[in-house]
Amino acid sequence: MVKKTVEGSFAVAEAVKNCEPDVAACYPITPSTHVAEELASFYANGEIKEYIATESELSSMSACIGASAAGSRTVTVTSSQGMALMHEAVFNAAGNRLPIVMIVGNRSLSAPLNIWNDWQDSITERDSGWIQIYCENGQEATDAVPQAYKIAEAVSLPVMVCFDGFYITHAVEPIDVPTLEEVRKFLPLFKPAVKLDPKNPISMGEYAFPSHYQLFREDLHKDMLAAVGKVKEIHDDYAKMFGRSCGNGLLEEYRSQDADIVLVSIGSVCGNAKEAIDQLREKGEKVGLVKLRLVRPFPYAAVAKALAGKKVIGVFEKAYSLGAVPPVYGEVLAAVADAKAKPVISSFTGGLGGKDVTVGNMLELFGKLKQGKKLVEWV
Amino acid sequence: MIEIRLHGRGGQGAVTAAELLAVSAAEGGKMTQAFPFFGVERTGAPVQAFCRIDDKPIRVHQNVYEPDVVVVLDASLLPVVDVCAGLKKGGVVIVNTKKKKEELGLKADKVFTVDASSAAEKYLGRRDRVNTVMLGAFAKVTGLVPMDALKKAISHRFKGDVAEKNIKAIEECYNSTC
Repeated sequence: MVKKTVEGSFAVAEAVKNCEPDVAACYPITPSTHVAEELASFYANGEIKEYIATESELSSMSACIGASAAGSRTVTVTSSQGMALMHEAVFNAAGNRLPIVMIVGNRSLSAPLNIWNDWQDSITERDSGWIQIYCENGQEATDAVPQAYKIAEAVSLPVMVCFDGFYITHAVEPIDVPTLEEVRKFLPLFKPAVKLDPKNPISMGEYAFPSHYQLFREDLHKDMLAAVGKVKEIHDDYAKMFGRSCGNGLLEEYRSQDADIVLVSIGSVCGNAKEAIDQLREKGEKVGLVKLRLVRPFPYAAVAKALAGKKVIGVFEKAYSLGAVPPVYGEVLAAVADAKAKPVISSFTGGLGGKDVTVGNMLELFGKLKQGKKLVEWV
Repeated sequence: MIEIRLHGRGGQGAVTAAELLAVSAAEGGKMTQAFPFFGVERTGAPVQAFCRIDDKPIRVHQNVYEPDVVVVLDASLLPVVDVCAGLKKGGVVIVNTKKKKEELGLKADKVFTVDASSAAEKYLGRRDRVNTVMLGAFAKVTGLVPMDALKKAISHRFKGDVAEKNIKAIEECYNSTC
């Protein structure tokens, strides 16, 4: 491993390169541009076999679908409007069971136009059949890449590696990037069970009548649910080989085991929450954090276990479902619905479009939770 | 943890300066983090970049609101941006200007000035290429980044002649900051 002080985007791009993708197809968009840019320069240096500079994100995903169907290991990179533009192909990739990896530099959706961070771009695609892994820092994002390929190819489902735009994509931090040789030991060659091959012609992406369409969707749903186990297993293998883990691979419990009040959140803001928790713990307050790593498939059992016996739970998310409960909050409610003791569960939506969520803001949230009343609010 | 805020204008390289600071401090054995805040993405618009230096791993990801050190790459920002906002007690401000510190009217305990633009013109041929040059002043004033680590970071980032010229400009600023 090579420890470098490097921008998150560049470390992630290097991790992608070391997974030896056959085809990268990208259209640059802020704040994930540097990942695409770096992949393009790897291609220019002969370190990636093929890089397609597409004319749109819909083309990027379509190119990945074609290449993946033909048996290639593929990657694309996007954010925000770019992901929105590829929407129909995102569903297609999952429906065709293609193990594409997509790097997502999380950013808000228009309108109004905004280039900064929240999770609405990938959260909006939560029902598409893609596995979604969210990362707290550049190291976690870098480590998630080889795991993403191994998971995708093991369960024949596409995987998104999501990391916060600017906060992580542009943060220069010390990061260990697994080398090509190390990744080769961890990640086997991609050998799809079926692929498009002129010598042995088959059809993929076929028409399904009402008699069969739902069966395909049901299969996809069951396999998504079952993929939780594979995500954990592959995380544990990686942790054993590289000495770095992210909780249990599904979520990370930070000082939450003996806590009365627990915050649930995702991504880079969890570092700020940990800082706030340490400050409150010094004052004797029993507070903790459950950081979600896997958001699709949603690890209901692991979340229920981590939150068992908690009196007060708060969910902070940089995402919304307008006119309904926020998406992560809804999942947490479902996860603890069968608990014997009913906890008070509050929802906080915030940090949208780059609205900075500081350690001070986290202290305020814990202050609100301490009052023990159910709150559903935008902060 | 030491928190640093750099103020510049789009195109002057404040973001690169923050990154080089982080890389240099890491060379010197510290844990570091640097990241930018882009406003409107256009040349000449006010830009901020942040850097954190600590002995333990840095897990906070938020803008810097209470800096220990402020670096101002362009003195024309002083009338339009409150560069001292949130500055910690005893905090340091380093300004690229020919003026004397008393003339700047900054509300800070410690103000240092350096004519980085002239050094940039002399060695790099452009008055606005002050980002690397100002790091010499930073190294002198704060002692947070050893000069040899800074030179190493510059040599890693730039090649041959360009690296040498930058190092000369940095050395001149290191010696002329007051």
